[in-house]
Amino acid sequence: MLVDSFAKNRPAIIAIAIVLLVFGIVPMFGSNYQISIATEILIFALLAMSIDVLAGFAGRTSLGHGAIFGASTYVVVYWTSVVGGSPIVAVALGILAATLVAAVFGMLASRVSGVYFLLLTLALGMIVWGVALRWTSVSGGENGLRGVGRPEWLNDPTVFFYICLGIVLTLSAVIWRLVQSPFGLTLRGIRDSESRMSSLGYGCATHMFIAFTTTGFFAGVAGALYALFNNFVSPSTVQLSQSVEGLLMAILGGIGTLFGAFIGAAAIILLENFVSQYTARWPMVLGFMFIATMIFAPEGVLGAIRRIFRVGKKS
Amino acid sequence: MHGEATRLPTAPKKRDKVSDPVLILDNVVVAFGALKAVKDISLTVKSGERRAIIGPNGAGKTTLFNAITGVHMPTSGRVTFNGVDVSRKSAHVRTRLGMSRTFQITNLFPTLTVSQNMQLALMGTSSRKFSLLGSAEPTDDDQERIDDALGLSKLRERAGAEVRDLSYGEQRQLEMAMALVSKPKLLLLDEPAAGLSPAERVIVTDIVQSLPRDLTVILIEHDMDLVLKLVDWVTCLNNGEFLAEGSPDSISKDQKVQDVYLGKARDHA
Ligand SMILES: Nc1ncnc2c1ncn2[C@@H]1O[C@H](COP(=O)(O)OP(=O)(O)OP(=O)(O)O)[C@@H](O)[C@H]1O
Ligand SMILES: [Mg+2]
Repeated sequence: MLVDSFAKNRPAIIAIAIVLLVFGIVPMFGSNYQISIATEILIFALLAMSIDVLAGFAGRTSLGHGAIFGASTYVVVYWTSVVGGSPIVAVALGILAATLVAAVFGMLASRVSGVYFLLLTLALGMIVWGVALRWTSVSGGENGLRGVGRPEWLNDPTVFFYICLGIVLTLSAVIWRLVQSPFGLTLRGIRDSESRMSSLGYGCATHMFIAFTTTGFFAGVAGALYALFNNFVSPSTVQLSQSVEGLLMAILGGIGTLFGAFIGAAAIILLENFVSQYTARWPMVLGFMFIATMIFAPEGVLGAIRRIFRVGKKS
Repeated sequence: MHGEATRLPTAPKKRDKVSDPVLILDNVVVAFGALKAVKDISLTVKSGERRAIIGPNGAGKTTLFNAITGVHMPTSGRVTFNGVDVSRKSAHVRTRLGMSRTFQITNLFPTLTVSQNMQLALMGTSSRKFSLLGSAEPTDDDQERIDDALGLSKLRERAGAEVRDLSYGEQRQLEMAMALVSKPKLLLLDEPAAGLSPAERVIVTDIVQSLPRDLTVILIEHDMDLVLKLVDWVTCLNNGEFLAEGSPDSISKDQKVQDVYLGKARDHA
Protein backbone atom coordinates (compact mmCIF):
# COMPACT_ATOMS: atom_id res chain seq x y z
CA MET A 1 0.00 0.00 0.00
CA LEU A 2 2.69 2.44 1.08
CA VAL A 3 5.03 1.19 -1.62
CA ASP A 4 2.17 1.48 -4.04
CA SER A 5 1.44 5.11 -3.26
CA PHE A 6 5.16 5.84 -3.38
CA ALA A 7 5.37 4.48 -6.91
CA LYS A 8 2.43 6.59 -8.04
CA ASN A 9 3.72 9.77 -6.46
CA ARG A 10 7.36 9.18 -7.20
CA PRO A 11 7.84 12.19 -9.51
CA ALA A 12 6.37 14.49 -6.86
CA ILE A 13 8.36 12.99 -4.01
CA ILE A 14 11.61 13.20 -5.95
CA ALA A 15 10.92 16.76 -7.11
CA ILE A 16 10.00 17.97 -3.63
CA ALA A 17 13.07 16.29 -2.15
CA ILE A 18 15.33 17.98 -4.70
CA VAL A 19 13.79 21.41 -4.12
CA LEU A 20 14.05 20.89 -0.36
CA LEU A 21 17.71 19.95 -0.70
CA VAL A 22 18.75 22.63 -3.17
CA PHE A 23 16.84 25.48 -1.55
CA GLY A 24 17.16 24.21 2.02
CA ILE A 25 20.93 24.73 2.08
CA VAL A 26 20.92 28.26 0.61
CA PRO A 27 20.79 30.02 4.02
CA MET A 28 23.70 27.92 5.29
CA PHE A 29 26.24 29.62 3.09
CA GLY A 30 24.31 32.26 1.16
CA SER A 31 24.33 35.99 1.86
CA ASN A 32 21.12 37.79 2.80
CA TYR A 33 20.90 38.97 -0.79
CA GLN A 34 21.12 35.43 -2.11
CA ILE A 35 18.56 34.26 0.43
CA SER A 36 16.17 36.95 -0.76
CA ILE A 37 16.63 35.85 -4.38
CA ALA A 38 15.91 32.25 -3.37
CA THR A 39 12.77 33.45 -1.57
CA GLU A 40 11.61 35.30 -4.65
CA ILE A 41 12.17 32.20 -6.78
CA LEU A 42 9.98 30.13 -4.46
CA ILE A 43 7.17 32.70 -4.54
CA PHE A 44 7.18 32.91 -8.32
CA ALA A 45 7.44 29.13 -8.69
CA LEU A 46 4.09 28.96 -6.87
CA LEU A 47 2.60 31.51 -9.29
CA ALA A 48 4.00 29.55 -12.24
CA MET A 49 2.55 26.28 -10.91
CA SER A 50 -0.88 27.86 -10.61
CA ILE A 51 -0.62 28.92 -14.25
CA ASP A 52 0.65 25.47 -15.25
CA VAL A 53 -2.44 23.73 -13.86
CA LEU A 54 -4.51 25.60 -16.45
CA ALA A 55 -1.96 25.67 -19.27
CA GLY A 56 -0.51 22.19 -18.88
CA PHE A 57 -3.52 20.21 -17.77
CA ALA A 58 -6.62 22.05 -18.96
CA GLY A 59 -4.94 23.44 -22.09
CA ARG A 60 -5.90 27.05 -21.30
CA THR A 61 -3.25 29.76 -21.32
CA SER A 62 -4.10 32.46 -18.78
CA LEU A 63 -2.71 35.97 -19.00
CA GLY A 64 -4.72 37.02 -15.95
CA HIS A 65 -2.96 35.23 -13.14
CA GLY A 66 -0.42 38.01 -12.62
CA ALA A 67 -3.30 40.35 -11.85
CA ILE A 68 -4.84 37.84 -9.45
CA PHE A 69 -1.45 37.50 -7.74
CA GLY A 70 -1.08 41.28 -7.55
CA ALA A 71 -4.61 41.79 -6.21
CA SER A 72 -3.57 39.76 -3.20
CA THR A 73 -0.37 41.80 -2.85
CA TYR A 74 -2.36 45.05 -2.88
CA VAL A 75 -4.77 43.86 -0.22
CA VAL A 76 -2.01 42.65 2.09
CA VAL A 77 0.01 45.88 1.83
CA TYR A 78 -3.13 48.02 2.17
CA TRP A 79 -4.33 46.14 5.23
CA THR A 80 -1.01 46.25 7.09
CA SER A 81 -0.03 49.81 6.21
CA VAL A 82 -3.12 51.94 5.58
CA VAL A 83 -5.51 50.06 7.90
CA GLY A 84 -2.76 49.04 10.29
CA GLY A 85 -4.18 45.55 10.75
CA SER A 86 -2.40 42.34 11.64
CA PRO A 87 -0.31 40.67 8.94
CA ILE A 88 -2.01 37.29 9.47
CA VAL A 89 -5.44 38.81 8.82
CA ALA A 90 -3.96 40.72 5.90
CA VAL A 91 -2.67 37.52 4.31
CA ALA A 92 -6.03 35.82 4.80
CA LEU A 93 -7.84 38.79 3.25
CA GLY A 94 -5.35 38.96 0.38
CA ILE A 95 -5.83 35.30 -0.50
CA LEU A 96 -9.61 35.71 -0.19
CA ALA A 97 -9.56 38.74 -2.49
CA ALA A 98 -7.45 36.93 -5.09
CA THR A 99 -9.77 33.92 -4.98
CA LEU A 100 -12.80 36.17 -5.47
CA VAL A 101 -11.16 37.99 -8.38
CA ALA A 102 -10.31 34.59 -9.87
CA ALA A 103 -13.91 33.45 -9.40
CA VAL A 104 -15.17 36.46 -11.34
CA PHE A 105 -12.56 35.89 -14.05
CA GLY A 106 -13.43 32.20 -14.07
CA MET A 107 -17.13 32.86 -14.48
CA LEU A 108 -16.44 34.89 -17.60
CA ALA A 109 -13.61 32.81 -19.05
CA SER A 110 -14.83 29.28 -18.34
CA ARG A 111 -16.88 29.05 -21.52
CA VAL A 112 -14.12 29.96 -23.95
CA SER A 113 -10.89 28.31 -24.99
CA GLY A 114 -7.89 28.86 -27.21
CA VAL A 115 -7.09 32.39 -28.26
CA TYR A 116 -10.39 33.70 -26.84
CA PHE A 117 -9.38 32.50 -23.39
CA LEU A 118 -6.01 34.15 -23.80
CA LEU A 119 -7.51 37.47 -24.85
CA LEU A 120 -10.29 37.44 -22.28
CA THR A 121 -7.91 36.77 -19.37
CA LEU A 122 -5.58 39.42 -20.77
CA ALA A 123 -8.43 41.96 -20.85
CA LEU A 124 -9.55 41.08 -17.34
CA GLY A 125 -6.01 41.49 -16.08
CA MET A 126 -5.83 44.90 -17.75
CA ILE A 127 -8.94 45.96 -15.85
CA VAL A 128 -7.26 45.14 -12.53
CA TRP A 129 -4.22 47.09 -13.66
CA GLY A 130 -6.41 50.03 -14.68
CA VAL A 131 -8.13 50.06 -11.30
CA ALA A 132 -4.76 49.95 -9.51
CA LEU A 133 -3.56 52.87 -11.58
CA ARG A 134 -6.66 55.07 -11.37
CA TRP A 135 -8.16 54.38 -7.95
CA THR A 136 -5.51 56.64 -6.47
CA SER A 137 -7.17 57.25 -3.11
CA VAL A 138 -6.92 53.54 -2.24
CA SER A 139 -4.09 52.16 -4.37
CA GLY A 140 -1.78 55.14 -4.29
CA GLY A 141 -1.95 55.28 -8.08
CA GLU A 142 1.34 55.21 -9.87
CA ASN A 143 3.27 55.72 -6.64
CA GLY A 144 1.90 52.51 -5.21
CA LEU A 145 1.78 51.65 -1.52
CA ARG A 146 4.67 51.09 0.82
CA GLY A 147 4.23 48.48 3.53
CA VAL A 148 5.19 48.70 7.19
CA GLY A 149 7.66 45.84 7.00
CA ARG A 150 7.30 42.30 8.26
CA PRO A 151 6.45 41.75 11.93
CA GLU A 152 9.35 41.13 14.30
CA TRP A 153 9.12 37.32 14.29
CA LEU A 154 9.17 37.20 10.47
CA ASN A 155 11.74 39.87 9.86
CA ASP A 156 14.81 37.67 9.69
CA PRO A 157 15.38 36.76 6.02
CA THR A 158 16.31 33.17 6.89
CA VAL A 159 13.17 32.63 8.96
CA PHE A 160 10.99 34.15 6.26
CA PHE A 161 12.75 32.06 3.63
CA TYR A 162 12.11 28.80 5.48
CA ILE A 163 8.48 29.73 6.03
CA CYS A 164 8.09 30.40 2.31
CA LEU A 165 9.84 27.11 1.53
CA GLY A 166 7.45 25.24 3.83
CA ILE A 167 4.35 26.90 2.38
CA VAL A 168 5.38 26.55 -1.26
CA LEU A 169 6.41 22.91 -0.93
CA THR A 170 3.22 22.02 0.94
CA LEU A 171 1.12 23.72 -1.71
CA SER A 172 3.06 22.09 -4.53
CA ALA A 173 2.19 18.71 -2.99
CA VAL A 174 -1.45 19.82 -2.84
CA ILE A 175 -1.37 20.98 -6.47
CA TRP A 176 0.23 17.68 -7.51
CA ARG A 177 -2.58 15.86 -5.74
CA LEU A 178 -5.10 18.12 -7.47
CA VAL A 179 -3.86 17.35 -10.98
CA GLN A 180 -3.71 13.62 -10.18
CA SER A 181 -7.25 13.56 -8.76
CA PRO A 182 -10.41 12.56 -10.63
CA PHE A 183 -11.02 16.28 -11.09
CA GLY A 184 -7.53 16.68 -12.56
CA LEU A 185 -8.32 13.91 -15.01
CA THR A 186 -11.44 15.79 -16.12
CA LEU A 187 -9.27 18.84 -16.87
CA ARG A 188 -7.06 16.74 -19.13
CA GLY A 189 -10.19 15.36 -20.75
CA ILE A 190 -11.37 18.92 -21.45
CA ARG A 191 -7.97 19.76 -22.93
CA ASP A 192 -8.13 16.76 -25.28
CA SER A 193 -11.77 16.97 -26.35
CA GLU A 194 -14.30 19.32 -24.86
CA SER A 195 -17.05 18.00 -27.14
CA ARG A 196 -16.52 14.41 -26.02
CA MET A 197 -16.50 15.51 -22.39
CA SER A 198 -19.90 17.19 -22.81
CA SER A 199 -21.34 14.14 -24.48
CA LEU A 200 -20.10 12.03 -21.55
CA GLY A 201 -22.07 14.19 -19.13
CA TYR A 202 -19.51 16.71 -17.92
CA GLY A 203 -20.35 20.38 -17.56
CA CYS A 204 -17.05 21.65 -18.90
CA ALA A 205 -17.71 25.27 -17.89
CA THR A 206 -18.25 24.21 -14.26
CA HIS A 207 -14.98 22.31 -14.24
CA MET A 208 -13.11 25.24 -15.77
CA PHE A 209 -14.67 27.61 -13.24
CA ILE A 210 -13.52 25.43 -10.34
CA ALA A 211 -10.07 25.10 -11.88
CA PHE A 212 -9.73 28.83 -12.44
CA THR A 213 -10.86 29.73 -8.94
CA THR A 214 -8.64 27.11 -7.30
CA THR A 215 -5.56 28.21 -9.22
CA GLY A 216 -6.47 31.80 -8.32
CA PHE A 217 -6.25 30.76 -4.68
CA PHE A 218 -2.69 29.48 -5.20
CA ALA A 219 -1.70 32.62 -7.11
CA GLY A 220 -3.21 34.59 -4.21
CA VAL A 221 -1.01 32.81 -1.68
CA ALA A 222 2.01 33.66 -3.82
CA GLY A 223 0.88 37.28 -4.05
CA ALA A 224 0.44 37.53 -0.28
CA LEU A 225 3.94 36.14 0.34
CA TYR A 226 5.24 38.60 -2.24
CA ALA A 227 3.68 41.48 -0.26
CA LEU A 228 5.57 40.39 2.86
CA PHE A 229 8.70 39.85 0.80
CA ASN A 230 8.71 43.05 -1.23
CA ASN A 231 7.02 45.42 1.25
CA PHE A 232 5.83 47.52 -1.66
CA VAL A 233 3.16 47.30 -4.31
CA SER A 234 2.47 49.35 -7.42
CA PRO A 235 0.57 48.89 -10.70
CA SER A 236 3.61 47.06 -12.10
CA THR A 237 2.79 44.19 -9.71
CA VAL A 238 -0.53 43.60 -11.49
CA GLN A 239 0.51 44.47 -15.00
CA LEU A 240 0.57 42.14 -17.97
CA SER A 241 4.30 41.41 -17.75
CA GLN A 242 3.71 39.75 -14.37
CA SER A 243 1.41 37.21 -16.02
CA VAL A 244 3.77 36.79 -18.94
CA GLU A 245 6.68 36.19 -16.59
CA GLY A 246 4.73 33.55 -14.66
CA LEU A 247 3.68 31.89 -17.89
CA LEU A 248 7.19 31.97 -19.28
CA MET A 249 8.50 30.33 -16.10
CA ALA A 250 5.97 27.54 -16.52
CA ILE A 251 6.85 27.12 -20.20
CA LEU A 252 10.60 27.24 -19.60
CA GLY A 253 10.36 24.59 -16.89
CA GLY A 254 8.01 22.49 -18.98
CA ILE A 255 4.27 22.92 -19.42
CA GLY A 256 2.36 20.16 -17.67
CA THR A 257 5.33 19.13 -15.53
CA LEU A 258 4.28 21.27 -12.54
CA PHE A 259 7.67 21.11 -10.80
CA GLY A 260 9.38 22.55 -13.86
CA ALA A 261 8.06 25.82 -12.42
CA PHE A 262 10.95 25.83 -9.94
CA ILE A 263 13.47 25.56 -12.77
CA GLY A 264 11.71 28.22 -14.84
CA ALA A 265 11.39 30.60 -11.91
CA ALA A 266 15.04 30.14 -10.95
CA ALA A 267 16.24 30.70 -14.51
CA ILE A 268 14.22 33.85 -15.07
CA ILE A 269 14.76 35.50 -11.70
CA LEU A 270 18.50 34.82 -11.74
CA LEU A 271 18.70 36.19 -15.27
CA GLU A 272 16.61 39.22 -14.36
CA ASN A 273 18.94 40.05 -11.49
CA PHE A 274 21.94 39.56 -13.70
CA VAL A 275 20.61 41.52 -16.68
CA SER A 276 19.38 44.47 -14.65
CA GLN A 277 22.93 45.16 -13.52
CA TYR A 278 23.72 46.12 -17.09
CA THR A 279 20.54 47.37 -18.71
CA ALA A 280 17.05 48.56 -17.90
CA ARG A 281 15.62 46.70 -20.88
CA TRP A 282 14.59 43.60 -18.96
CA PRO A 283 11.12 43.41 -20.62
CA MET A 284 12.85 43.21 -24.00
CA VAL A 285 15.15 40.44 -22.84
CA LEU A 286 12.09 38.67 -21.44
CA GLY A 287 10.40 38.95 -24.82
CA PHE A 288 13.39 37.48 -26.61
CA MET A 289 13.55 34.65 -24.10
CA PHE A 290 9.89 33.89 -24.72
CA ILE A 291 10.51 33.65 -28.45
CA ALA A 292 13.67 31.59 -28.05
CA THR A 293 11.90 29.17 -25.69
CA MET A 294 9.01 28.67 -28.07
CA ILE A 295 11.39 27.96 -30.95
CA PHE A 296 14.13 25.91 -29.29
CA ALA A 297 12.57 24.32 -26.22
CA PRO A 298 8.78 24.34 -26.54
CA GLU A 299 8.55 21.42 -24.13
CA GLY A 300 10.73 23.10 -21.49
CA VAL A 301 13.56 21.72 -19.41
CA LEU A 302 11.63 19.11 -17.42
CA GLY A 303 9.57 18.27 -20.49
CA ALA A 304 12.72 17.39 -22.39
CA ILE A 305 14.10 15.36 -19.48
CA ARG A 306 10.81 13.52 -19.17
CA ARG A 307 10.76 12.72 -22.88
CA ILE A 308 14.31 11.37 -22.80
CA PHE A 309 13.37 9.13 -19.86
CA ARG A 310 10.25 7.92 -21.64
CA VAL A 311 12.12 7.10 -24.83
CA GLY A 312 14.68 5.25 -22.70
CA LYS A 313 11.93 3.23 -21.03
CA LYS A 314 10.27 2.26 -24.29
CA SER A 315 13.35 1.03 -26.08
CA MET B 1 -27.16 -6.80 -13.26
CA HIS B 2 -27.69 -3.11 -13.93
CA GLY B 3 -26.60 -0.84 -11.08
CA GLU B 4 -29.19 1.27 -9.34
CA ALA B 5 -27.51 4.41 -10.68
CA THR B 6 -28.68 3.52 -14.16
CA ARG B 7 -32.32 3.55 -13.12
CA LEU B 8 -34.23 6.75 -12.41
CA PRO B 9 -37.22 6.65 -10.08
CA THR B 10 -39.58 7.16 -13.00
CA ALA B 11 -38.41 3.97 -14.70
CA PRO B 12 -40.96 1.20 -14.27
CA LYS B 13 -39.48 -1.78 -12.47
CA LYS B 14 -41.04 -4.40 -14.68
CA ARG B 15 -38.96 -7.30 -15.96
CA ASP B 16 -37.66 -7.04 -19.48
CA LYS B 17 -39.35 -9.85 -21.33
CA VAL B 18 -37.77 -10.69 -24.64
CA SER B 19 -40.79 -9.44 -26.50
CA ASP B 20 -41.03 -6.10 -24.66
CA PRO B 21 -40.11 -3.19 -26.88
CA VAL B 22 -37.03 -1.35 -25.62
CA LEU B 23 -37.41 1.53 -28.00
CA ILE B 24 -40.47 2.95 -29.71
CA LEU B 25 -40.34 5.90 -32.10
CA ASP B 26 -43.65 7.54 -33.00
CA ASN B 27 -43.59 9.87 -36.01
CA VAL B 28 -40.24 11.36 -35.10
CA VAL B 29 -39.34 14.50 -37.06
CA VAL B 30 -36.03 16.35 -36.80
CA ALA B 31 -35.83 19.62 -38.72
CA PHE B 32 -32.88 21.96 -39.10
CA GLY B 33 -34.62 25.13 -40.16
CA ALA B 34 -36.35 24.29 -43.41
CA LEU B 35 -34.46 21.03 -43.85
CA LYS B 36 -36.24 17.99 -42.48
CA ALA B 37 -33.39 15.53 -41.90
CA VAL B 38 -35.73 12.95 -40.36
CA LYS B 39 -39.36 12.77 -41.53
CA ASP B 40 -42.06 10.93 -39.60
CA ILE B 41 -40.05 7.89 -38.63
CA SER B 42 -41.84 5.26 -36.54
CA LEU B 43 -40.19 2.05 -35.47
CA THR B 44 -40.19 -0.46 -32.64
CA VAL B 45 -37.13 -2.32 -31.41
CA LYS B 46 -37.65 -5.33 -29.16
CA SER B 47 -35.51 -6.23 -26.20
CA GLY B 48 -32.43 -8.18 -27.25
CA GLU B 49 -32.99 -7.37 -30.91
CA ARG B 50 -30.14 -6.61 -33.31
CA ARG B 51 -31.25 -3.92 -35.74
CA ALA B 52 -29.47 -2.22 -38.60
CA ILE B 53 -30.31 1.21 -39.98
CA ILE B 54 -29.06 1.60 -43.53
CA GLY B 55 -29.40 4.25 -46.20
CA PRO B 56 -27.26 6.38 -48.49
CA ASN B 57 -25.24 9.43 -47.34
CA GLY B 58 -27.39 12.12 -45.83
CA ALA B 59 -30.32 9.75 -45.36
CA GLY B 60 -30.69 10.95 -41.76
CA LYS B 61 -29.31 7.91 -39.96
CA THR B 62 -27.00 9.78 -37.62
CA THR B 63 -29.64 12.43 -37.06
CA LEU B 64 -32.07 9.69 -36.05
CA PHE B 65 -29.47 8.43 -33.54
CA ASN B 66 -29.13 11.97 -32.24
CA ALA B 67 -32.89 12.16 -31.72
CA ILE B 68 -32.90 8.81 -29.92
CA THR B 69 -30.00 9.69 -27.64
CA GLY B 70 -30.97 13.29 -26.94
CA VAL B 71 -28.23 15.12 -28.82
CA HIS B 72 -31.09 16.77 -30.72
CA MET B 73 -34.62 16.97 -29.33
CA PRO B 74 -37.09 15.72 -31.93
CA THR B 75 -38.96 18.61 -33.55
CA SER B 76 -42.10 16.53 -33.16
CA GLY B 77 -42.99 12.93 -32.41
CA ARG B 78 -42.15 10.76 -29.45
CA VAL B 79 -39.24 8.58 -28.27
CA THR B 80 -40.17 5.94 -25.70
CA PHE B 81 -37.36 4.05 -23.99
CA ASN B 82 -38.20 1.12 -21.70
CA GLY B 83 -41.71 2.47 -21.28
CA VAL B 84 -40.55 6.00 -20.39
CA ASP B 85 -41.26 8.94 -22.68
CA VAL B 86 -37.78 10.46 -23.08
CA SER B 87 -38.57 12.80 -25.99
CA ARG B 88 -37.72 15.90 -23.93
CA LYS B 89 -35.05 14.37 -21.70
CA SER B 90 -31.43 15.44 -21.98
CA ALA B 91 -28.72 13.14 -23.28
CA HIS B 92 -27.36 12.59 -19.75
CA VAL B 93 -30.70 11.45 -18.40
CA ARG B 94 -31.05 9.01 -21.29
CA THR B 95 -27.55 7.70 -20.59
CA ARG B 96 -28.50 7.14 -16.97
CA LEU B 97 -31.65 5.34 -18.08
CA GLY B 98 -29.46 2.90 -19.98
CA MET B 99 -28.76 4.24 -23.47
CA SER B 100 -25.29 4.38 -24.84
CA ARG B 101 -23.79 5.15 -28.21
CA THR B 102 -20.65 5.44 -30.29
CA PHE B 103 -19.98 8.25 -32.72
CA GLN B 104 -19.43 8.06 -36.45
CA ILE B 105 -16.40 10.30 -36.11
CA THR B 106 -13.84 9.02 -33.63
CA ASN B 107 -13.68 11.44 -30.73
CA LEU B 108 -11.40 10.26 -27.95
CA PHE B 109 -8.85 11.73 -25.54
CA PRO B 110 -5.63 11.15 -27.51
CA THR B 111 -3.03 12.03 -24.87
CA LEU B 112 -4.67 9.93 -22.16
CA THR B 113 -4.38 6.18 -21.71
CA VAL B 114 -7.07 3.70 -22.64
CA SER B 115 -7.83 3.25 -18.92
CA GLN B 116 -8.13 6.99 -18.38
CA ASN B 117 -10.50 7.27 -21.35
CA MET B 118 -12.62 4.54 -19.78
CA GLN B 119 -12.55 6.28 -16.41
CA LEU B 120 -13.75 9.52 -17.96
CA ALA B 121 -16.53 7.58 -19.65
CA LEU B 122 -17.57 6.22 -16.26
CA MET B 123 -17.22 9.35 -14.15
CA GLY B 124 -19.38 11.59 -16.31
CA THR B 125 -22.56 10.75 -14.47
CA SER B 126 -21.06 10.27 -11.00
CA SER B 127 -20.13 12.86 -8.40
CA ARG B 128 -16.56 11.55 -8.26
CA LYS B 129 -15.70 13.93 -11.08
CA PHE B 130 -15.68 16.73 -8.51
CA SER B 131 -13.24 15.01 -6.18
CA LEU B 132 -10.41 17.57 -6.12
CA LEU B 133 -7.98 15.76 -3.85
CA GLY B 134 -9.12 12.14 -4.04
CA SER B 135 -7.19 9.40 -5.75
CA ALA B 136 -7.77 9.01 -9.46
CA GLU B 137 -7.49 5.25 -9.10
CA PRO B 138 -10.84 3.72 -10.04
CA THR B 139 -12.78 2.03 -7.26
CA ASP B 140 -12.79 -1.79 -7.34
CA ASP B 141 -16.30 -1.73 -8.74
CA ASP B 142 -15.33 0.72 -11.48
CA GLN B 143 -12.19 -1.25 -12.28
CA GLU B 144 -14.31 -4.35 -12.76
CA ARG B 145 -16.64 -2.51 -15.13
CA ILE B 146 -13.68 -1.14 -17.06
CA ASP B 147 -12.09 -4.58 -17.32
CA ASP B 148 -15.38 -6.13 -18.45
CA ALA B 149 -15.96 -3.53 -21.15
CA LEU B 150 -12.36 -3.69 -22.35
CA GLY B 151 -12.64 -7.47 -22.41
CA LEU B 152 -15.79 -7.34 -24.51
CA SER B 153 -14.04 -4.94 -26.90
CA LYS B 154 -10.86 -7.04 -27.00
CA LEU B 155 -8.72 -4.21 -25.71
CA ARG B 156 -7.69 -5.56 -22.32
CA GLU B 157 -3.99 -5.76 -23.16
CA ARG B 158 -3.93 -2.16 -24.33
CA ALA B 159 -5.28 -0.65 -21.10
CA GLY B 160 -2.06 1.21 -20.37
CA ALA B 161 -1.40 2.51 -23.87
CA GLU B 162 -1.92 6.12 -24.86
CA VAL B 163 -4.80 6.49 -27.29
CA ARG B 164 -2.69 8.32 -29.88
CA ASP B 165 -0.52 5.18 -30.06
CA LEU B 166 -3.49 2.95 -30.92
CA SER B 167 -4.30 1.89 -34.47
CA TYR B 168 -7.47 3.32 -35.96
CA GLY B 169 -9.17 -0.02 -35.52
CA GLU B 170 -8.25 -0.10 -31.85
CA GLN B 171 -9.59 3.40 -31.46
CA ARG B 172 -12.93 2.25 -32.84
CA GLN B 173 -12.83 -0.64 -30.37
CA LEU B 174 -12.22 1.86 -27.58
CA GLU B 175 -15.26 3.84 -28.74
CA MET B 176 -17.28 0.69 -28.22
CA ALA B 177 -15.68 -0.06 -24.85
CA MET B 178 -16.52 3.45 -23.66
CA ALA B 179 -20.13 2.95 -24.68
CA LEU B 180 -20.29 -0.44 -22.94
CA VAL B 181 -18.76 0.62 -19.64
CA SER B 182 -22.01 2.17 -18.39
CA LYS B 183 -23.65 -1.28 -18.78
CA PRO B 184 -26.33 -0.01 -21.14
CA LYS B 185 -29.58 -1.75 -22.06
CA LEU B 186 -29.54 -0.22 -25.51
CA LEU B 187 -26.36 0.26 -27.52
CA LEU B 188 -26.32 2.43 -30.65
CA LEU B 189 -23.32 2.01 -32.95
CA ASP B 190 -22.80 4.63 -35.65
CA GLU B 191 -20.81 2.97 -38.46
CA PRO B 192 -18.52 0.98 -36.15
CA ALA B 193 -16.63 -0.53 -39.09
CA ALA B 194 -16.30 2.51 -41.34
CA GLY B 195 -12.77 3.07 -42.55
CA LEU B 196 -11.46 -0.23 -41.19
CA SER B 197 -9.36 -2.80 -42.99
CA PRO B 198 -10.94 -6.21 -43.71
CA ALA B 199 -9.00 -7.72 -40.79
CA GLU B 200 -10.20 -4.99 -38.45
CA ARG B 201 -13.76 -5.50 -39.66
CA VAL B 202 -13.57 -9.11 -38.55
CA ILE B 203 -12.63 -7.98 -35.05
CA VAL B 204 -15.54 -5.54 -34.91
CA THR B 205 -17.91 -8.22 -36.21
CA ASP B 206 -16.68 -10.60 -33.51
CA ILE B 207 -17.14 -7.99 -30.85
CA VAL B 208 -20.72 -7.22 -31.85
CA GLN B 209 -21.53 -10.93 -32.11
CA SER B 210 -20.16 -11.67 -28.68
CA LEU B 211 -22.12 -8.91 -26.90
CA PRO B 212 -24.53 -10.25 -24.28
CA ARG B 213 -27.79 -11.36 -25.90
CA ASP B 214 -29.96 -9.29 -23.55
CA LEU B 215 -28.28 -6.12 -24.81
CA THR B 216 -30.31 -4.48 -27.56
CA VAL B 217 -28.11 -3.19 -30.39
CA ILE B 218 -28.95 -0.78 -33.20
CA LEU B 219 -26.22 -0.18 -35.70
CA ILE B 220 -25.77 2.05 -38.70
CA GLU B 221 -23.75 0.30 -41.35
CA HIS B 222 -23.26 0.56 -45.10
CA ASP B 223 -21.56 -2.77 -45.59
CA MET B 224 -24.35 -5.26 -46.40
CA ASP B 225 -22.09 -8.28 -45.76
CA LEU B 226 -21.58 -7.10 -42.23
CA VAL B 227 -25.26 -6.32 -41.81
CA LEU B 228 -26.21 -9.80 -42.98
CA LYS B 229 -23.96 -11.36 -40.35
CA LEU B 230 -24.94 -9.17 -37.44
CA VAL B 231 -28.61 -8.28 -37.37
CA ASP B 232 -32.11 -9.78 -37.34
CA TRP B 233 -33.92 -6.84 -38.89
CA VAL B 234 -33.06 -3.93 -41.16
CA THR B 235 -34.63 -0.50 -41.54
CA CYS B 236 -33.71 1.48 -44.63
CA LEU B 237 -33.99 5.27 -44.75
CA ASN B 238 -33.67 7.57 -47.72
CA ASN B 239 -33.82 11.38 -47.69
CA GLY B 240 -34.98 11.28 -44.09
CA GLU B 241 -37.92 9.07 -44.98
CA PHE B 242 -38.73 5.48 -44.18
CA LEU B 243 -38.04 3.41 -47.29
CA ALA B 244 -38.25 -0.27 -46.37
CA GLU B 245 -37.97 -2.68 -43.49
CA GLY B 246 -37.40 -6.43 -43.30
CA SER B 247 -35.01 -9.28 -42.71
CA PRO B 248 -31.47 -8.66 -43.99
CA ASP B 249 -32.07 -11.12 -46.83
CA SER B 250 -35.28 -9.55 -48.04
CA ILE B 251 -33.83 -6.04 -47.74
CA SER B 252 -30.77 -6.86 -49.80
CA LYS B 253 -33.11 -8.12 -52.54
CA ASP B 254 -35.53 -5.21 -52.24
CA GLN B 255 -35.77 -3.25 -55.48
CA LYS B 256 -36.30 0.18 -53.85
CA VAL B 257 -33.27 -0.34 -51.61
CA GLN B 258 -31.10 -1.43 -54.51
CA ASP B 259 -32.19 1.62 -56.47
CA VAL B 260 -31.18 4.16 -53.83
CA TYR B 261 -27.90 2.40 -53.15
CA LEU B 262 -26.97 1.91 -56.77
CA GLY B 263 -28.14 5.38 -57.65
CA LYS B 264 -26.26 7.26 -54.99
CA ALA B 265 -23.98 5.22 -52.90
CA ARG B 266 -21.33 3.75 -55.12
CA ASP B 267 -18.68 5.52 -53.11
CA HIS B 268 -19.47 3.84 -49.81
CA ALA B 269 -17.52 0.60 -49.82
N1 LIG C 1 -26.61 19.79 -36.95
C1 LIG C 1 -27.09 19.87 -38.21
N2 LIG C 1 -27.48 21.04 -38.71
C2 LIG C 1 -27.98 21.15 -39.97
N3 LIG C 1 -28.11 20.13 -40.82
C3 LIG C 1 -27.73 18.91 -40.39
C4 LIG C 1 -27.19 18.71 -39.08
N4 LIG C 1 -26.91 17.40 -38.92
C5 LIG C 1 -27.23 16.81 -40.08
N5 LIG C 1 -27.73 17.71 -40.96
C6 LIG C 1 -28.23 17.39 -42.32
O1 LIG C 1 -29.19 16.38 -42.18
C7 LIG C 1 -29.07 15.46 -43.24
C8 LIG C 1 -28.90 14.06 -42.70
O2 LIG C 1 -27.61 13.96 -42.12
P1 LIG C 1 -27.12 12.68 -41.32
O3 LIG C 1 -25.77 13.00 -40.77
O4 LIG C 1 -28.14 12.26 -40.36
O5 LIG C 1 -26.95 11.61 -42.49
P2 LIG C 1 -26.42 10.13 -42.42
O6 LIG C 1 -27.53 9.25 -42.90
O7 LIG C 1 -25.85 9.82 -41.10
O8 LIG C 1 -25.29 10.16 -43.53
P3 LIG C 1 -23.84 9.47 -43.58
O9 LIG C 1 -24.02 8.13 -44.18
O10 LIG C 1 -23.06 10.36 -44.49
O11 LIG C 1 -23.30 9.43 -42.20
C9 LIG C 1 -27.93 15.92 -44.11
O12 LIG C 1 -28.47 16.65 -45.18
C10 LIG C 1 -27.15 16.82 -43.20
O13 LIG C 1 -26.50 17.82 -43.93
MG1 LIG D 1 -24.02 9.39 -40.34
